[in-house]
Amino acid sequence: MKFRTRAIHVGNEPDPATGAVVTPIHLATTFIQPGAGTWGPFDYSRSGSPTRSAVERTLANLEGAAGALAFSSGMAATHCATMLHKSGDHIVAGCDIYGGTFRLLHKICNRSGIEVTLAPADDAAQIQAAMKPNTKMVWIESIGNPLMTIPDIPAIAQIAHRGGSLLGVDSTFAPPAILRPLELGADIVMHSATKYLGGHSDCLAGVLAARDLVIHKELYFIQNATGGVLGALESFLLQRGIKTLEIRMREQCQSALWIAQWLERHPHVKRVLYPGLASHTNHERANKYMGNQFGAMISFEIDGDFAKTKGVCQSTKLFGLAVSLGAVESLIEQPASMSHASYDAQAKAKFGITDSLIRISVGLEDPDDLIADLDQAIRTSH
Amino acid sequence: MENATIVDKHSNATRPSVETPPELAVQRAGLSTTSVHAGEARRKPSDAITDSICCSSTFTFESTQSIIDYIEQKQDREEYGRYGNPNEKVVERKLAALDGAEEAIIYSSGMAAIVGLLMAKLSSGDEIVIFDQCYHRSREFCSKHLSRFGIVTHQVETGDFHAMDAAINSRTKLLISESPTNPHLSVIDLEQFATLGKSRKVETLIDATLATPYNIRPIEYGVDYVWHSATKYMGGHNDLLAGVICGSKDKLEEVRKLRGILGGINSPHNMYLLERGLKTFALRMERHNENGQRMAEFLEKHPKIEKVFYPGLKSHPSHETAKRTMKGFGGLITFLVRDADWKQTAAIIDACTIPKIAPSLGGVESLIEQPFVMSYFDYSPDDRKRFGIADNMIRMSCGIEDSEDLIADLEQALDV
Repeated sequence: MKFRTRAIHVGNEPDPATGAVVTPIHLATTFIQPGAGTWGPFDYSRSGSPTRSAVERTLANLEGAAGALAFSSGMAATHCATMLHKSGDHIVAGCDIYGGTFRLLHKICNRSGIEVTLAPADDAAQIQAAMKPNTKMVWIESIGNPLMTIPDIPAIAQIAHRGGSLLGVDSTFAPPAILRPLELGADIVMHSATKYLGGHSDCLAGVLAARDLVIHKELYFIQNATGGVLGALESFLLQRGIKTLEIRMREQCQSALWIAQWLERHPHVKRVLYPGLASHTNHERANKYMGNQFGAMISFEIDGDFAKTKGVCQSTKLFGLAVSLGAVESLIEQPASMSHASYDAQAKAKFGITDSLIRISVGLEDPDDLIADLDQAIRTSH
Repeated sequence: MENATIVDKHSNATRPSVETPPELAVQRAGLSTTSVHAGEARRKPSDAITDSICCSSTFTFESTQSIIDYIEQKQDREEYGRYGNPNEKVVERKLAALDGAEEAIIYSSGMAAIVGLLMAKLSSGDEIVIFDQCYHRSREFCSKHLSRFGIVTHQVETGDFHAMDAAINSRTKLLISESPTNPHLSVIDLEQFATLGKSRKVETLIDATLATPYNIRPIEYGVDYVWHSATKYMGGHNDLLAGVICGSKDKLEEVRKLRGILGGINSPHNMYLLERGLKTFALRMERHNENGQRMAEFLEKHPKIEKVFYPGLKSHPSHETAKRTMKGFGGLITFLVRDADWKQTAAIIDACTIPKIAPSLGGVESLIEQPFVMSYFDYSPDDRKRFGIADNMIRMSCGIEDSEDLIADLEQALDV
């Protein structure tokens, strides 16, 4: 069956108890057992619950994974993946990784004696150069943030595996409807399911899906032991969101491409960073791995200073001024003052976070409305 | 964004309130933009991007004087949960915007909505005229229950405007039709319907559940009321029950008051799910329309199929009217299996692996059923014949799965 059909039906089998066509929300924290020492399918809901397990089956299927685990947030999921490692191990991570991951690696993992090296993920040679004998994991994002760089996942998987390391891919910007890193050689794929998978800005969730059953079981052991699991209500909302994932992505990617092309022609726009544009450095690679769907995140620079750029972000009427992404509502932000504000001047310069950079998340609104809104915001501020 | 509003998010409002309707900058927008944003406050409490679920059964007043102000000044605010709740109001505004109506009233189910309207509009001695192809529970309520209150229902053949005209008299208060009808998918000429009502000074109501405002907008033709079971395409995920009546503020005032007395209001939890479902409404409808059309075309060519009822097919008697009034033709298809009795027909349904066997329609999951078994099992053969329910009839609600998968599944089921 095709992706969209599986997104609706796998893990959503009619409820055996009632015939309900939608998985019930099981709020129970504990389950009655058939006998002392004889265990039913569920015992205590940290270890597993029917609603969570249903969405985990959906996710595993969509990612082509041996198993998937749902967490209370994307960071809980990433943390679980880092807990596969121990003191003395080394992690190589992309240098434009999400700030929360950067913080986890440098302020939390370091406490357990795990060492970290950053390297540009879109340059496999530099990832290779960062590898050490004790490297146990390479962690990259399938679309870099906010410059939308695209790594060569198969090449990096080879490098990682040759060095005896796992490859973990945070594919939050490119959900399984458009990219499946496990099929490209990654061992673990992680999502902040808060974004496209949930899709409606109303549930915080994270996912780890592993290609190999042994790794999945190890991750499950850690998840169960440390407890960052997804609740039943969020599991329900996540599964409900996944049913429209494919059609949302199709629409949002199409709108994003139109908007990126329009921005590229705009007199007040200096540069547009969108992998779907021929002008993007990694366009061909993006095309190779994602086909004609390039995600719905666009960064662009206007011909204005910090204040003018801030003005544009504050003048939109449809785009909401907020960080986060991937939902039906379009959002706009200025990385220099919002998502990447914690970077110092040197880091901003190094990673291309200029004062005039704007990042948008294209939602489900009519693209004509979104273009009109961006146009009036840019013109108001000029 | 028709009837929807967008508020400047940087306005000076320091304490945004859920119940404050959005102000300013009314602009026309696409249906998808309307689905995502209409009816919602631009700035919400806590600056949250989504509406909170407000479960309060009652709402507090600051002082005795503020109650008096509320009563005397008819302030728009919450009082007691049976009269309305913040979540329901947001969805009412969104649905009104989608239908191009001034006002929408939400009920706990589609049937609660129509009953709410009929009870508010009709009194003993009044009469209504209804086209005969319709949801069997609507017909049952009119013929079995309204009659107990001395209200007379005339059923006339669907689409026969002369018969409808002839059935109208000085006591007639309402003309009712579905479009498209269930399960025969007949499409009504909305202009003719509205004109008949206006010329005879009788109000008109369209049950547009199967079409949704994506495919038809009866208000634009001058129809007075539009009724939807929002359980179907509007909720869209087979996980909530809701009904809605749309119309003018003026005409719905008494209806709203009666809902407050009868209590068929929907819950904040459900309303949140409905609001969330509506965000992808336009997108889902596009897919339902596409899947419906493709499936209908596939079935029509299949040697084991005797007949397909789908307004998007040239062979359907309503095709011309449908093309004129509808944007797309929906996800519901009714068809007859060639030379099959009811058991052979049931075997095809049982052999399907993607559509699930269940009543209802309009959700992302495809559903399939045999009207004879599901809704008309207790009817006499004569009555079934009268309502056009054949033993070999199958009704399928195409979800938003890949149409190739759905067609392949039906193909294998028909081969069994």
